[in-house]
Amino acid sequence: MPHESTSRTLIVALGVCLVCSILVSTAAVSLHGRQETNRKVEKLRNILAAGDLLTDKSNVEETFKEKVQTYIINLATGEAVPKDKYTDKLNPDAFDIKTMANDPKYGQAIPAKEDIAKIKRMPKYMPVYEVKKDGRIQKVILLVYGKGLWSTMYGLIALGKDLRTVEGFTFYEQGETPGLGGEVDNPRWKALWKGKQAYDKNGRLIIEVIKGKVDKSSPKANSEVDGLSGATLTTRGVNNLVRFWLGADGYNSFLTKLREEG
Amino acid sequence: MSNYKKVILDPIFNDNPIMYQILGICSALAVTSKLETSIVMALAVTFVVAFSNFAVSIVRNYVASSIRILVEMTIIASLVIIADQIIKAFAFDISKQLSVYVGLIITNCIVMGRAEAFALKNPPLLSFMDGIGNGLGYSFVLLAVGFVRELFGSGKLLGMTVLPVNTAGGWYVPNGLFLLPPSAFFLIGLLIWAIRTWKPEQVEEE
Repeated sequence: MPHESTSRTLIVALGVCLVCSILVSTAAVSLHGRQETNRKVEKLRNILAAGDLLTDKSNVEETFKEKVQTYIINLATGEAVPKDKYTDKLNPDAFDIKTMANDPKYGQAIPAKEDIAKIKRMPKYMPVYEVKKDGRIQKVILLVYGKGLWSTMYGLIALGKDLRTVEGFTFYEQGETPGLGGEVDNPRWKALWKGKQAYDKNGRLIIEVIKGKVDKSSPKANSEVDGLSGATLTTRGVNNLVRFWLGADGYNSFLTKLREEG
Repeated sequence: MSNYKKVILDPIFNDNPIMYQILGICSALAVTSKLETSIVMALAVTFVVAFSNFAVSIVRNYVASSIRILVEMTIIASLVIIADQIIKAFAFDISKQLSVYVGLIITNCIVMGRAEAFALKNPPLLSFMDGIGNGLGYSFVLLAVGFVRELFGSGKLLGMTVLPVNTAGGWYVPNGLFLLPPSAFFLIGLLIWAIRTWKPEQVEEE
């Protein structure tokens, strides 16, 4: 066969494709299990970290099983979804924010003027992670997300027993500028959130991330968090996403209900 | 034997893909804000360029020149996917930081450049060594830049504190510019200057 004939070209092309596809699919299939485990453990680790339940030595999966209860709530009514209503997509293990938000049945569009977190669509249901001790709620950990400067930031916020005080805050996925907006991941900044009041006594949302440092003598000092210097837009994004998710479109009805139940 | 030694060692200082051939700058800017990501990226690129050279060299006598580039791209893309899968499985934290840049090795000019310039004309084993050599040359620059950027940008090396920064109660005020991609431009520029002062024969004629 001549070097450049059509049939020979085709055979070589097919051969190369065949070998490459076998290699790629072998790698993808054989490593899939490991990658899934990584992803799951990572998610649980973040939830535990937000709830301050993580120690260096603890086994993530066991600690999670032991201390945290997961269920799904309907954001509009604030009620938990009964277990027999769980479906393939609507269950705590498989819950994926992006899939749910884009699903016509489980997601909804947010009207532009309410959409302060700039996320356009949101799930109608969200998972809630509860830490209980002797049957009483110690902490509730909630998923929050919204737009920063470059990226959508996904975080977890933990509220204490009174369901008003912030116990912890962390971002598990963000792509802000390292060293500036990326400092949302800085433990020192995250520690500032601890003890801040998210709601006042009447259940009004008062928490706010401000520009610059909080004036300690101000009466609002316990509901304000320092902004990140050099990251005005990321800071504004954090403020907006926290206020959106703790507000009327987010978890407010769920938290109000829970407070009433005591 | 000296041939093998030459193709491995030459790309480090004499014919460095980044500093002399000025290829692969884009990823060198993007992933070098930390030493750890630089190391993983350097390993991934070395793996891809070595095996792509090897594979391209094996098929070089059978491929018609009309589909040469397509075949090279297929091989490179497959290797990059494999590298990406391996990183995701065994270094999950780092894969999150590298994000799209592992996938973008496909467009790294070094890989394609070596396949075209070397592997098409040389036997498989020698091409493989050339890939390793160029990978090492790339790694050298990445590690040097990553070292400087992490040290002066966040006062750490491999995540361990070397210069205690002021935000954590230390004395060092980190230079934020080193965390942004343009700083890699300056550092690579300085490296090129340094190596051309040391080896004046690399300076292009006017």
